[in-house]
Order: sequence, then C-alpha cells, then structure tokens
Amino acid sequence: MIAETAQAEPTGPSRSDIDQTLRAILRDVLGLDQDQVDSFTGDTGLFGHLPELDSMAVAGLLTEMEDRLDIVIEDDDVDGEMLENFGGLLAFAEAKVIEG
Amino acid sequence: MYSVWPCPLPDGGMGEEMVLGFDEAREKRILVIPPLFEEANRLRHQIVETMRKLHSRGVDCFLPDLPGWNESLAGFDNQSLAHWRVGIAAAVETFSTTAILAVRSGCWLVPEDSRGWLYAPPKPQQILRNMLRARILSAREAGREEITEELRKTGRERGVTLGGWPLGPELFAELETEDFAAPPGYSTVEQTVLGGTPLWLRAENDFDLAQATALASIVATSGPGA
Repeated sequence: MIAETAQAEPTGPSRSDIDQTLRAILRDVLGLDQDQVDSFTGDTGLFGHLPELDSMAVAGLLTEMEDRLDIVIEDDDVDGEMLENFGGLLAFAEAKVIEG
Repeated sequence: MYSVWPCPLPDGGMGEEMVLGFDEAREKRILVIPPLFEEANRLRHQIVETMRKLHSRGVDCFLPDLPGWNESLAGFDNQSLAHWRVGIAAAVETFSTTAILAVRSGCWLVPEDSRGWLYAPPKPQQILRNMLRARILSAREAGREEITEELRKTGRERGVTLGGWPLGPELFAELETEDFAAPPGYSTVEQTVLGGTPLWLRAENDFDLAQATALASIVATSGPGA
C-alpha cells in the first residue's frame, strides 16, 4: 500500500489536513470515537443517514468548518449533495479552501 | 439545592427566579453563568456535574436562572444582554460570591469588576451566525427558502425567532454588534486544557465526568485571573 502524500498548499491547509480536520469535527458533533471516524470512507452517509444530524447539528458542523478551516460558507453553498456523504463534504471543503 | 432568589426584571421591578446552589457558607463561593440559547440545554448536565465536583472539593457554587432562562416564567422576547448583566450583578450580591465561572456565551455577561474563569468564550456574531444558519437549513428542509440578510433585517427591526428562541430587536442588535474580550481579572480556560471533545458541539446532549473534574479542579485550586 502506498501512503498518500500530502499536497501542501502554500496558503492553506493540505488535503490530508482538511481530511483530518473534517473527521475531527464529525467526531465532536456526532460524539464518535476517533477509530470510528477514521473508518469513514467517501461513501459513508451523513445527512439523511444519521438521525442525530438535524439542521441544528448541520449548522454547528458548518460553523465549525468555517472556524477550523478558515473558510466562509454561504447559504447558497449548502445543498443536499455536499452533505450526502463524507466524500461530498470533503470535496466541498477542499474547493472552499482553494477558493479562499 | 433548589431555591428561589429575587431577580431584577427588565421593567425595573423584581421577580423571583430559581437557583441551584450548594451553599455551606464556605470561603470560596462561585457564581456559575451558563451559556445562552441552545447551548444552555446542551451543557446543563455538564455544568451540574461540575458543580457537584466543586461542592465535593469544598467550594460553594450557585447557578441562578435569569429572566427567560431555564425554568423562568418571564418572556424571552424582551430580554437583552444588558439586562442579564444587571441580573448577574444582582446575583453576585445576593449570593456573596467570591468569583465567577462563566461557560461559553455566559462569558459575555461577567461583571468587569469581578474575577473568575471563562470557559471557551465564543464571539456573539459566531453564535448568531450559527442560529441564522440553523433556521435557514430547517426552513429549506420544510421546502421554504429564507435569506440570511432578510432575517437579519427582520431581527434588527422587530426581532426574530431562531432555533425556538424569540430574540427581541435589542438582543438581536447586541449579538450583531458586540465583540467579546476577556476583562482583566479573568482567566480563559480553553477546551484543550480540559481534554476530551467540546460538548456544546454534540448533536445529542452528553456529559463527561473527566472534563467536569478537570474544570472543577482548576476553579478549586487556583486563584482567578492568574
């Protein structure tokens, strides 16, 4: 197995940093163990799959992403696709970090 | 344990509110200020566990309701940070507390001339943004489209209900415009010092005895503002 190399961005967190930060936020919001969030794959379902992820929890998740990743998330950015699974949320976060 | 205390009302009168207290007339007496809004519910259990730890370590502590909080019968929509600050100052007098332990948004209410600990204070704008976002997401789930700027305008003009909390225009304006900086005399306790994960983020309420022990230990063994 080949370890993935982090692609360091000169002005922001690397891809693996974003991945780890997102897992840490989901761990905190969902009250999971680190082992459990480490086992998340791109297909792991989020909104609509986890009953505890209601709109209040999603709001907290997004605000925490803004804080920890130093990004701004607009109302229009939030759609079902980005919240559907871990892969969607990660892709969204990566795009936002690059944009920022 | 539970009793009532005389609390000033926004109209200048006096009302009665509930207080949870461990009072054995000991030397160290802590006024606990809980977070506002949703986090008040999320952290209530954790705060009470922390108070039990303080009590067992020989520290008196008091968690008063203010108008609009917890069991209070007072309406929420005419409350404000300014008024709650008056209530906290009155609680300091009533319970003869020697220091304050403020939790999250409760930190916005600490008296500048007192001392104590501020646990993970957020910025008012951050809490407001989160509440606006939750309302927009839940409206969207119900098939309605709402816009942040319009909700803000309504909030400023006549108040708006966010996450079930009817914020009056005065409180809304305070959340939009106030900044928070720790006054001198207070030490900030960040989450990393307590270990564990931030309980106010939990989708389902939870508590953590190790964190309660760690926070109570800081308050019981150190002087405030150190």
